[in-house]
Amino acid sequence: MAQNKLIVSLSPHDHAKDSVSKIMFGVVIAMIPALLVSVYFFGLDAIRVNLIAIAACIFFEWIIQKFLLKGEVTITDGSAIVTGMLLAFNVPSNLPWWIIVIGAIVSIGVGKMSFGGLGNNPFNPALVGRVFLLISFPVQMTSWPKVQVLNFAMTDAQTGATPLAIVKEGIKNGESFSSIINNLPTSYSDMFFGQMGGSLGEISAIALIIGGLYMLYRKIITWHIPVSIIATVAIFTGILYGINPDKYADPLFHLLTGGLMLGAIFMATDMVTSPMTSKGMIIYGVGIGVITVLIRVWGAYPEGVSFAILIMNAFTPLINYYIKPKRFGEIVKK
Amino acid sequence: MNNWKNFTKGFIKENPVFVLVLGMCPTLGVTTSAINGLGMGLATTFVLLGSNVVISLVKNFIPNKVRIPAFIVIIASFVTIIDLSMAAYVPDLYKSLGLFIPLIVVNCIVLGRAEAFASKNTILSSAIDGLGMGLGFTFALTLLGSVRELLGAYSLFGHKFISTDGILVFVLAPGAFLGLAYLIAIMKRINK
Repeated sequence: MAQNKLIVSLSPHDHAKDSVSKIMFGVVIAMIPALLVSVYFFGLDAIRVNLIAIAACIFFEWIIQKFLLKGEVTITDGSAIVTGMLLAFNVPSNLPWWIIVIGAIVSIGVGKMSFGGLGNNPFNPALVGRVFLLISFPVQMTSWPKVQVLNFAMTDAQTGATPLAIVKEGIKNGESFSSIINNLPTSYSDMFFGQMGGSLGEISAIALIIGGLYMLYRKIITWHIPVSIIATVAIFTGILYGINPDKYADPLFHLLTGGLMLGAIFMATDMVTSPMTSKGMIIYGVGIGVITVLIRVWGAYPEGVSFAILIMNAFTPLINYYIKPKRFGEIVKK
Repeated sequence: MNNWKNFTKGFIKENPVFVLVLGMCPTLGVTTSAINGLGMGLATTFVLLGSNVVISLVKNFIPNKVRIPAFIVIIASFVTIIDLSMAAYVPDLYKSLGLFIPLIVVNCIVLGRAEAFASKNTILSSAIDGLGMGLGFTFALTLLGSVRELLGAYSLFGHKFISTDGILVFVLAPGAFLGLAYLIAIMKRINK
């Protein structure tokens, strides 16, 4: 058949030897350090949550593609695995299995397939699932298990708040930031290596940075989005800290806690939902950084990275519309 | 157009919510439970029926230039009747619907049917149109309310099936948009 010789792959239409599955499995490899850290601190529960999320995402993608859309089944391209892993990374490790399954249905069904599948979704599917769960099951989604090093007994661990929530609550009650941080059981180096309460995959900054460097090396992502997000958060919180160090947390604390590293490196850089040009990426990153700080400092939730990324996802088409790459041979108008 | 077709078009073929996408404010705002949807739908049906009949009665006396204000005055009279009656007889439902009952005055469906149908047709077919459209609206709101109550609170018409908290997002505003979007998708499939 003549018309089948022209292969039109999913957007962006770059010419490269990459394929969807090559990039997706590259992302999976980049997530392995963070996965190992989560197993180290949360035990076998981390693997359980990951396996359920990945299996459910692949299963629902298969069901929807085969029986609802009656089209080509593309579960082997690895995108459902990435969505499942990212969803698992964004939830507490003690989440009941059925809530993970609901998250997978929403991620794949609402976040991705409703818009026409991979390449057409305006929002990051894993984040759609995560935010849906956060709003729907606020109790289960915010009871974070305390970290226990290499504890493989499947017992119910104690739960506690994340450092971000403790600091936000403390500042609201009129305590100064320095006294809260001194009473915190986690030091900055603990936060850097991942010994703190939080979602399964967000705890260790170092493991996420290693994954990010690997993706940079494989040219899966460029530096623009992560660096602009992290720099914006650092500068914005730095100004606030400079104004009143009692009321606002310092920049290092903001960088190391919560989902900032996970969001900046793995979630915001999703090729489908982020702008195409480097200038656009920087605008997008600055927007995520500003909204994150606004929510963290003045919002109702202690953490705002996922909301910030979803909000800027919505602006991505607008950014792409106004910031276009220069055409080859085009002359700048004076 | 025969009367039966005129009556049933409001349910599936020209459903005000799923096909015409009119009256989104009460559709998204009050459908947190099945009973709210049903109450809101029936109140709107009453207003639609009354205003359609009266407008088709007086259509020849209203000057064309002031027809919209005249329609609004007639609609507002019926809204006042239903507003005060509901406050008197079903105070609980009235309280949970709140501001949305007086807001029926500016509901696009009511004015839309007055402008598009009642001002051009006979009393009988206007009455049938108003009743059909109103019941179609009631059907849509009750369906959306049931879906949201079922998923958001695991209950239906206040009867609880599972005694835990539901998927909370469905009783909040995003759940209204999600539920409506998927119901419209299903209706499109049925109409095809």
